[in-house]
Amino acid sequence: MVVPEAGAVPAEHPIRPAPGPGDGAGTLLSQWVELRPEGRVLLRIGKVELGQGIVTALAQIAAEELDVDWSRVEPVPASTDAGPDEGLTAGSRSVMDSGGAVRTVCAEVRRLLLSVVSRRTGIPVGELQVHDGAVRDADGVARGDYWSLVRPGLLDVAVTGTAPPKDPARHTVVGRSVPRRDLEAKLAGAPAFVHDLALPGQLFGRVVRPPSPVARLVTVDDRPARALPAVLAVVREGSFLGVVADREEEAVRAAEVLRRCATWQEPDACAEVDPVPETVGRPAEETAVERRSDRSAGARVADVVRTAYSRQPLSHASIGPGCAVAHWNGDQVSVWSHTQGVHPLRRALAACLRVDPDRVVVHHVPGAGCYGHNSADDVAFDAALLARSVPGRPVQVVWSRDDEFAWEPVGPAMVVEVAVGVDDRGDLVTWRQDAWGAGHDSRPGFAGQPGLLGAWHAADVAAVPAADPPLAVGGGTGRNATPPYDVADLDVRAHRLLETPVRTSALRGLGATMNVFAIESAVDDLARSAGADPLDYRLRHLPDERAREVLQVAADSAGWRSRRPGDPVGWGLAYSRYKGICGHCAVVARVEAVSEVRVTDLWVAVDVGQVINPDGLANQIEGGAIQATSWVLREQVVLDRHGVASRDWDGYPVLRFPDVPEVHVRLVPRPAEPPLGAGEVTGGPVAAAVANALADALGVRVRDLPLTPERVAAAIESS
Amino acid sequence: MTAAPGWATAQSLPAPEVVRLRVNGRDHEVTCRSDTPLLYLLRNDLDLRGSRFGCGLGQCGACMVLLDGHPTPSCDLPAWAAAGHEVVTVEGLADDEGMQALQRSFLAHQAAQCGYCTSGILVAACALLRADPCPGRATVAGALERNLCRCGSHGRVLRATEEAAGSLRAARGLPGAERTAGTDGPADRATRSADDRRSDDATGAGR
Repeated sequence: MVVPEAGAVPAEHPIRPAPGPGDGAGTLLSQWVELRPEGRVLLRIGKVELGQGIVTALAQIAAEELDVDWSRVEPVPASTDAGPDEGLTAGSRSVMDSGGAVRTVCAEVRRLLLSVVSRRTGIPVGELQVHDGAVRDADGVARGDYWSLVRPGLLDVAVTGTAPPKDPARHTVVGRSVPRRDLEAKLAGAPAFVHDLALPGQLFGRVVRPPSPVARLVTVDDRPARALPAVLAVVREGSFLGVVADREEEAVRAAEVLRRCATWQEPDACAEVDPVPETVGRPAEETAVERRSDRSAGARVADVVRTAYSRQPLSHASIGPGCAVAHWNGDQVSVWSHTQGVHPLRRALAACLRVDPDRVVVHHVPGAGCYGHNSADDVAFDAALLARSVPGRPVQVVWSRDDEFAWEPVGPAMVVEVAVGVDDRGDLVTWRQDAWGAGHDSRPGFAGQPGLLGAWHAADVAAVPAADPPLAVGGGTGRNATPPYDVADLDVRAHRLLETPVRTSALRGLGATMNVFAIESAVDDLARSAGADPLDYRLRHLPDERAREVLQVAADSAGWRSRRPGDPVGWGLAYSRYKGICGHCAVVARVEAVSEVRVTDLWVAVDVGQVINPDGLANQIEGGAIQATSWVLREQVVLDRHGVASRDWDGYPVLRFPDVPEVHVRLVPRPAEPPLGAGEVTGGPVAAAVANALADALGVRVRDLPLTPERVAAAIESS
Repeated sequence: MTAAPGWATAQSLPAPEVVRLRVNGRDHEVTCRSDTPLLYLLRNDLDLRGSRFGCGLGQCGACMVLLDGHPTPSCDLPAWAAAGHEVVTVEGLADDEGMQALQRSFLAHQAAQCGYCTSGILVAACALLRADPCPGRATVAGALERNLCRCGSHGRVLRATEEAAGSLRAARGLPGAERTAGTDGPADRATRSADDRRSDDATGAGR
């Protein structure tokens, strides 16, 4: 049980929140860009590669503004040692924020270098051109190049944000499908991940987790473990128990020996098993997401339709478990981590290890796919704590599959209640939405907390329940809870639960997936009641021109108007704009419902403004669509009185190769519009489109996810 | 309840001994307990880090190697069971014609996101192409059923594998070389419209 205010970890160095979205303000040009004499551009960005291809996209933006060939730009992995502090890589904001900063910085570097040439030659900056780093005058005469122009200290000037970026009409690198930088090595099986690090003298650490989230370590006889020849150290601090060995498999064995020799105290808690029925009405923090009052609306309401939708908790379920390497040298610790934010992690580690933040260095190294706040930060603390017992030796920690499923934060269970008032034609008049669930943010730094699992265990305090990100950055439980449709009277509220049976945090899309699922399921039923086609009904209530267009594009590419429903085939569509400010996404789903629900095709249309890398974007959209299909059809974290019970791939099945839908992506071209976030746009619309297609196939609405054969059968039974 | 792999929880530990392995065509000797999973020996003792730890339970395929030519998870394969057999890892397939065709095709299709599952998928696909030079979409999907991918790169992996098979057939002058990827799979059911093919092209699709 995660209980409120249970135990803040005492911190000598209070955790500061991460800085806001970056525009480069307050940084130096040299923190971002280094021009090397041999003709390379080192690009230091605060954003990290999570498998989403962001590093490639940002390198394209840099090449575009600097007027150099794309192959010259080398992104340098984020580190607290060098480069800007751009907070987290999360929330589909990297191209919107970091892309803007890179554009600003590189335009300014270009202008600075041209001004050097101008001073030397007397030619006005406006008459100079750059071709792949070579500067020429209007007659094409060479006037120097970046690589010989730059002098030490030249770029040590503050970013002013005053150099105008290139007109998108002149873009040659941005907007092109360039291949990912990291793929060739990964296809060759070369070392690429933090798991593959092998520093000189590296040892292997493993942690013995408690048998349940409420258990505390009473005693441990560590002699049998210490007697193993490979074991160098056993670490116990509070309920944190771990071991360091000089061979990986011996560390795994020693951890199991320790587990057998440990005695835990486990209070009788965690009685509840299914979190969904216990969600609505529990103690919660209520937030007014949006309120628009129209007193005259009530008189036009002919009918009020009330429905409720739910989902079970979801796991990140990355293929590779959390991993980190830590190395103490005196009072300084270096950490290699696949965290989403090197700076927030550094601050949290410093607080928990009780050292000055300047003594902690965090280097980003890619891990397996990251879809939100997973175990990456936690395992970094585990490695740092274990490595402290063997000063001078690096220690690598890899979580077991079992611990990964059991201890990484889950995407919370949610219930969304919708009450819609319609007029006598069935059109929308009033909309009330109440989203319930545990919080979506327990990242390092949340609520002034380090938010590191091992630190809670070491301090013997219960984990603090997750908060929600503020509405200004999209909210959590209330994310996308406001329908995009014309409604006279609107009342949207989020209810963040103050107690939860399992640790929760940000999982791709946060509350948006469920809120959009609820809104788009409800709208589909309302269209049916009004006797309207679901596409027409949406089009007549959607005020946003780009929203209507993206819906139309998805419908056209799917052949919506000429679709042929009929047993066992169903068709459904859905729309949303992620967080109300990111990309627009519309989805048409085709399902076959026989013994189980099979999604055969998804047509996904997106409008994300200017596109940096069309193929990279399509890859993200396809991946997000397949992952969302897996959530909707298969996935639920199963809880029992020991916490998470679904601890392997049999207990937590995901979609496999024979089950995946064909995903057809259409990009709506908007080269002159600002780029909008894309990484998380598909989750809600795919979930809803699949459920709407199932309702179309069966004539029965299933409002509880996942759409397992059991739930579908139950819905048919009760209809 | 925790579910650690059996070898890790065994009460009696076999004494360390010299285990002889044949990996990527070369003989190796490693001193370890004989029930140590092969994956740890490949990664830590032989410095072959392309096979990746995903679950330790043989459930996800990230650690797949060829054992006497058969795709086999190495994370729960005891060293004693690998001894006396031919082990080939993703690194050991670098000169394999099928693997090279797959790598080219995966690159052309950008058929990965994080890439953590990629080695295991390539090993499984390589074994498939040896057994079946002309696999349809369903055959490819079936051959990769034991490989999990969480980023959702499945569609590209399926297309890239079919296309690699096609290019191998063409290189060998085999019949069916003209068949292009996806012509026999669920992708090309009647619902796939001409419009849609245009849109796939519009993305560039890395080709």
